Amino acid sequence: MAEKKWMPRWFYQLASPRWCYGITGKLLPIFAPLALALLLGGTVWALLFAPADYQQGNSFRIIYIHVPSAILAQSCYMLMAIAGAIGLIWKMKVADMVAKSCAPIGASMALLALATGAIWGKPTWGSWWVWDARLTSMLILLFLYFGIMALHAAIEDATTAAQSTAVLALVGLVNIPIIKYSVEWWNTLHQPATFKLTERPAMPAEMWVPLLVMVLGFYCFFAVTLMLRLRHEILGRERRSGWVRELVEQR
Amino acid sequence: MSEMATNKPATQDRRRPGTFRAALKRDLLLAFRNRRDLVNPLVFFLMVATLFPLGVSPEPTFLAELAPGLVWVAALLATLLSMDSLFRADYEDGTLEQALLSPQPLILVVLARVTAHWVMTGLPLTLMAPLLGLMLFLPSEGMPGLMLSLLLGTPTLSLIGAIGAALTVGLRKGGMLISLLVLPLYIPVLIFGSGAVQAAVTGLPLAGYLALLGAMLALGLVLAPLAIAAALRISVSG
Repeated sequence: MAEKKWMPRWFYQLASPRWCYGITGKLLPIFAPLALALLLGGTVWALLFAPADYQQGNSFRIIYIHVPSAILAQSCYMLMAIAGAIGLIWKMKVADMVAKSCAPIGASMALLALATGAIWGKPTWGSWWVWDARLTSMLILLFLYFGIMALHAAIEDATTAAQSTAVLALVGLVNIPIIKYSVEWWNTLHQPATFKLTERPAMPAEMWVPLLVMVLGFYCFFAVTLMLRLRHEILGRERRSGWVRELVEQR
Repeated sequence: MSEMATNKPATQDRRRPGTFRAALKRDLLLAFRNRRDLVNPLVFFLMVATLFPLGVSPEPTFLAELAPGLVWVAALLATLLSMDSLFRADYEDGTLEQALLSPQPLILVVLARVTAHWVMTGLPLTLMAPLLGLMLFLPSEGMPGLMLSLLLGTPTLSLIGAIGAALTVGLRKGGMLISLLVLPLYIPVLIFGSGAVQAAVTGLPLAGYLALLGAMLALGLVLAPLAIAAALRISVSG
């Protein structure tokens, strides 16, 4: 029996849609106010109190949307691929649903990062778009999200759709290191990474602390939207099971 | 485990190289019997290359500048177009199910299929590319770069495209969807492929581009068959 214990118990419990619906219901009231507070606080701090950049003036403040959305677009892809792999290996329905719920959120984050980047690029680089390694790899990420969503929509059977998109997501995973290192491998116009685990950020603390708050706020916001989508997905797929009927009758 | 019972391990080991050879022979034979399918991507390749001078500008200096990218885009689209039929006939007549059920490793069968596809499309495209280069006034210094980059790049295109074909084989309208799934993954190959031709035209060293194309091919050869086999199992059983 000892060899069966290498996975913690909560991992198996997460596999049950009913348990997962319950735990997300408890987590939502924690994450939703946290996301709201962090995003509101971070935005006010970033727009009103952070000092202006000595070269770019106030136009640099779009970094407080651009960087968090770009980070999130990549994390979301990672989560989608990992959840897809878990679904493929352990045939876990909830993992499939997490992967499915990730795709539209990630696509909108990638779109937001590209749009804010274009708005930022106009005053600083003088053009909306350059065919730069970082920008192109980010555009590929957006296309990958579109492809995954299209494949999901094309396959009727939910299990087959989840497995097929998981394979595609795993194949597309090669793009993530390319995005990450594009600013180091190629001579690009795009500046290098803002946050690194090993070094202190290149900007002063008054600038990067609100950015960190915004990044955390985006992550909390992502958690909230993911849980909402997941709960919706669970109810849709489990609509024939007893506990969902009971839940509906209680309302 | 049932396959272990029917095949003795010793004979199975001796048979493994045979699986690839037999599957390749079958696929090539089938392809040669349907020569029409062999010609279609080549004609498409030629026609796309004709569209650009007529649609954009017939000016030789202008076309020479665009030629590396145009030939590569045309080759990419021709490969993409031939992808939809990669597994379809086998899927419809049940051969694919037999391959999935057989004790032979599916990866080898799939690799043979992709190799046959490349021999029937990628290789002829590579051999025909200098003709397109001439039509688009590509300087003669660029020709070796064009052929070498296509020789290394088109197998990668076949391997990546086969993943898309395997994912969509069970669907009625797979054609459009394959493009959506596969084109984002084709972009890196296109960038380094046309980059190599451009470098050859301007006299810069080619080795870096070719090494990257070779690295992508090596990665694709090792990992893509796994993905193709997994995708086929999902598509056929689902």
